[in-house]
Amino acid sequence: MRRGLLQRRRGTVRALDGVDLKVARGECLALVGESGSGKTTLGRCALRLLEPTAGRVLFAGEDLLALPAGALRARRRRFQMVFQDPYGSLDPRQRVESIVAEPLAIHTDLGRAGRRERARELLAMVGLGGELARRFPHELSGGQRQRVGIARALAPAPELLVADEPVSSLDVSVRGQVLSLLAGLRERLGLALLLISHDLAAVERLADRVAVMYLGRVVETGPTRELMTRPLHPYTVSLLSAVPVADPRRRRRRIVLAGEPPSPLAPPSGCPFHPRCPIARPRCAAERPPLAPAPGADGEWERAVACFYPGELAAPGKMRQEAS
Amino acid sequence: MALLEIRDLEIAFPARDAGEGWLPVVRGASLSVGRGEVVGLVGESGSGKTLTALAVLGLVPPPGRVTAGAIRLSEEGGGAADLLALPPGALRRVRGARIAMVFQEPATAFNPVYSIGFQIAEAARAHRRISRGEARREAARLLDRVAFPEARRRLDDYPHQLSGGQRQRAMIAMALAGRPDLLLADEPTTALDVTLQAQILELLDELRRDLGLAVLLITHDLGVVAETCDRVVVMREGRVVETAEVEELFRAPAHPYTRELLAALPRLEAVP
Repeated sequence: MRRGLLQRRRGTVRALDGVDLKVARGECLALVGESGSGKTTLGRCALRLLEPTAGRVLFAGEDLLALPAGALRARRRRFQMVFQDPYGSLDPRQRVESIVAEPLAIHTDLGRAGRRERARELLAMVGLGGELARRFPHELSGGQRQRVGIARALAPAPELLVADEPVSSLDVSVRGQVLSLLAGLRERLGLALLLISHDLAAVERLADRVAVMYLGRVVETGPTRELMTRPLHPYTVSLLSAVPVADPRRRRRRIVLAGEPPSPLAPPSGCPFHPRCPIARPRCAAERPPLAPAPGADGEWERAVACFYPGELAAPGKMRQEAS
Repeated sequence: MALLEIRDLEIAFPARDAGEGWLPVVRGASLSVGRGEVVGLVGESGSGKTLTALAVLGLVPPPGRVTAGAIRLSEEGGGAADLLALPPGALRRVRGARIAMVFQEPATAFNPVYSIGFQIAEAARAHRRISRGEARREAARLLDRVAFPEARRRLDDYPHQLSGGQRQRAMIAMALAGRPDLLLADEPTTALDVTLQAQILELLDELRRDLGLAVLLITHDLGVVAETCDRVVVMREGRVVETAEVEELFRAPAHPYTRELLAALPRLEAVP
């Protein structure tokens, strides 16, 4: 699946400003960013739940944006979405097995009994067996509801799942279980996954590659482990250093960014990050850095970064190591 | 002597069917906060941590009630007052002036039809005899203190005109207006992006150092606890199951539930 240039304008707001991304078959790509970065908008454009103003969304080589409604509906069985809110995304008046069976009615020829059986299989696959199938959503916990959402998304046997903050609404102790479930399903079913998340621990657990977004643009991409251990863009460095680490012995100095992300109504000149960037220089305000390939650790060109001075902002942990 | 001491607190709600008595949702909870100390109160949804904090200020939502226990706040001249036994007038003098609270959702803490400057000034005047002009200046000073951008210019802004991070700072400014010794912070950064969270936590740390402010930080995020707290209290299903210094809690958790919580954390391994 490949996306071309996407620009979405409502008035003068560019929610996405020239985004190019690829997700390979069976791969998990994480879109990471904070509020206003455009990651949710991008996720929805990918499934054509939102109409981009320009660009293309290629799924298996076919541009979804060019399809008429009927053809689009038929294609939809191949990509599905798991939503953030496990409470709001399930019909409170339907029993769980009926919620999961609904996509089967739309996309398959199975009869009623066949749908019911398949729904139960799917629920078992996500760890919700037995009598839970007959319950209503309000009779389940948050984690269970999220599993129902996943089972429903898997019903049409899609090749791609878009998961928008799949564990953010869940208690911390339940998150690990749902993440493990997603990881396991990916392996078993060979699913591609577009994971939208601000939770870097979830990203590390699931993603093969990461794209970091800021104010509607992709500012850095790379393989997960490498991007997290050797971030190149100053925003990525700051983001990683801001994540609290559950180890009091490692209370490290953080890069605490000043101010807040600018409003997309009035984006800064040049690089959108320059007003908050600890290493900004005059060129950064004048020119917008393109997303350019950068060499990975092993010399392969798997990384890209939109910065004139990539890799120059050292992570605080590293600074401390050098001092001692 | 500790600044705040909660002893054997019990909070109950009436059972749904009349005649079945009261169902305790917090049982035998005890914890203390020393002057200038940051204590983390950790637990999952339903553990009772928020209710415990609300009980300190007499804010347990009806029909819930505190049914047993004592909450002692040490007084200026020595000795301590039992907050649960205070008459309403005296409790009002404690709220804001000695103990203040900030919440997860700053949008609900502010009155939407008054400007933030007005509300912070009002909070200052509720606890000190100062003129309106002086209170307004104090509001601007407080907003500066919490690194609220362009404080003077934005005193007359309304809550809906602020971003999430700005509202959170304004709420902290309002909480500080009465010059409290203790701040109860209920999930103050949970709704914020991680870089904003880092800013707010750093702010709380500064306030602790500069003002000697003690903080009871309620959170489900053990990462936040590790980075900011001196001591930790773990609650589960209404009871305190473990209390420890922060390093010890992470190094050698005593209670199986604490171990479960720590083990369940999706951890960020790669960050150096």
